[in-house]
Amino acid sequence: MTTVSWSSEPGTSRGPGPFLSVRDLSVRFSTEDGVVRAVDGLSFDVEKGTTLGIVGESGSGKSVTNLAVLGLHDPAHTEIDGEIWLEDQELVGASGATLEKLRGNRVAMIFQDPLTSLSPFHTIGRQIGEVYRKHKGANRKEARERAIEMLERVGIPQPATRVDHYPHEFSGGMRQRAMIAMALVCDPDLLIADEPTTALDVTVQAQILDLLKDLQQQYGTTIILITHDLGVVANTADNVLVMYAGRAAERGTVREVLSKPRHPYTWGLLSSMPRLTSSVDEPLVPVRGTPPSLLSPPAGCAFHPRCDFSQLVGSELCFTQRPDISPESGHGDACYLTLQQKRDIRTGETKDHA
Amino acid sequence: MTSFLVRRVVGALVILIFISLITFYLFYAVPRDPARAFCGKICPPETLELVRHNLGMDKPLFVQYWLWLSAIFVGRDFTQFGPCPAPCLGYSFATQEPVFSTIVDRFPVTLSLTLGASVVILSFGILTGMLAAWKVGQPLDKIASSSSVIGASLQIYFIGPLVVFLLVDTLGLLPRPSYVPFTEDPLTWFVHLLIPWVVLSIIFTANYTRMTRSQMLEQLAEDYVRTARAKGMSGRSVFFRFAWRGAMIPIITIFGVDLATLLGGAIITEQTFTLHGIGELAVRAVLNTDLPMLLGVTVVGAAAIVILNIVVDVLYAFIDPRVRLN
Repeated sequence: MTTVSWSSEPGTSRGPGPFLSVRDLSVRFSTEDGVVRAVDGLSFDVEKGTTLGIVGESGSGKSVTNLAVLGLHDPAHTEIDGEIWLEDQELVGASGATLEKLRGNRVAMIFQDPLTSLSPFHTIGRQIGEVYRKHKGANRKEARERAIEMLERVGIPQPATRVDHYPHEFSGGMRQRAMIAMALVCDPDLLIADEPTTALDVTVQAQILDLLKDLQQQYGTTIILITHDLGVVANTADNVLVMYAGRAAERGTVREVLSKPRHPYTWGLLSSMPRLTSSVDEPLVPVRGTPPSLLSPPAGCAFHPRCDFSQLVGSELCFTQRPDISPESGHGDACYLTLQQKRDIRTGETKDHA
Repeated sequence: MTSFLVRRVVGALVILIFISLITFYLFYAVPRDPARAFCGKICPPETLELVRHNLGMDKPLFVQYWLWLSAIFVGRDFTQFGPCPAPCLGYSFATQEPVFSTIVDRFPVTLSLTLGASVVILSFGILTGMLAAWKVGQPLDKIASSSSVIGASLQIYFIGPLVVFLLVDTLGLLPRPSYVPFTEDPLTWFVHLLIPWVVLSIIFTANYTRMTRSQMLEQLAEDYVRTARAKGMSGRSVFFRFAWRGAMIPIITIFGVDLATLLGGAIITEQTFTLHGIGELAVRAVLNTDLPMLLGVTVVGAAAIVILNIVVDVLYAFIDPRVRLN
């Protein structure tokens, strides 16, 4: 660059803030049955070098949110409102060319099923190398060397041989390692991992999560980890965002959310998870009911049909008014129950269990 | 690869023997006496017996078959027609010409027709299918998709004469379809076959347009295509470098079958444009109760199908590294 450029477009400049900031994001899909509000007024921040775990059931809008960060939704069927700021760059209104330069370069993504997510027709080395060639302008030879280096970095044995193999010649865990190598080849600032361990067996899961943690410590990558597994979040993330029906239900540090959960939905998630410390005879309590249809979400709080405590709030608030997350920062949740009520419910529950 | 080829070629030979056996049997199951046809309208019994003997038809069926089969490899001496060196498929009952050389003479006609049409069909079919997938839901897609339905519902004996009438008789733009050997004059060869190629491709292209479109759309919805986009690959390179490979596999399969069918004799096409190829030969062999010719054409057609199937399998392995030939 020979010229000093200020912020490229007027009105897009912003003071120092979080590394990634999602503001009032909505993503709507038009389908044959009507409009699906997959994400509806979601805001969250991620600080540089930290890991945010996004937790929720299938269809809660976790993946949709993150595909929106990369601009990967089909514009013909999708309507996106709100703002996504990556440092001083706004992404919702960004051009296709801008997003193309960003993807795989500053923001990379790894997906759930590494077998179907890798091209069956190209060698691992080529798939890793082409990202490097595209964004860094490297030639074929440099890209290949970089691919070998990346395979080594993610712990694949004999990378110089493995680089010429096809995905079907790799095991599940190795494929996900290769996927991670591909995502990290351009040293991205932000890595979005969409259920990276769901398709893997448990021992491999732990290895992959350790790998992500190590890489983050070494390179300072910011990570968004999408999962439905609170155990994964507890081990890997700094902060947690619990999503329900396209909105934030609860947000806070891992410690806050897992040890002092405030939202009834988070309580449900936690009590449906087995713990090593609890007795074998103690039944797991699933969240009753099913996730709401996002074609016609329930009025008021989307969780109210599955919530045992809505009558405590009174004046039918839960059935008519949609709660916003509060307080604005720190540990917050979107529920009308007062903190005192929540404390009472939780202590009551603990007594019941004891 | 080599062991794959050996296995497939052996399999192919077994299939061809089986097909020729069935053809042989079916021919004798039909209540028409080729000797009588050969002998003529007024035919005394002694002459009929002689003809039968000369044609080798007085021997048991399996001996006849064995003689036919061994002649392909070692040749055969016919009392009536003289020696027939290997590969010998016998002499035609009707024309008394050697079957093998007749087929060899006719084959370039069918081959020219088929290969020329294939080039048009594949290039137009894949191109329009890809365009339709690229612009899915937009006017271009709708035009391509609906015109392909019209094309697929046309019949060659209807549209063929229509095009000839229009371009040859009315406008005089092109010469009447006929076959001029390529080696003689490539330009004349090309101009005279243009109408059959175009007419064949009007009908066949539709299939490839529809299939390419749906296959491309299917591939574009695959996870690995999403990954390619998440890596920052441009829409165009995702389309042409990633999705294309997967979409071609079923297209090659169908093309292999279509090509073999056409090579075995595009009977209606050849009749429509009075081209003297393998298809026309087959029709005449049936009408004339001409066993050697019928067997020859059938086996050559079957061989085309079997060989092209092997070629398709090898192509799979080139396109998709997951396919292993051994």
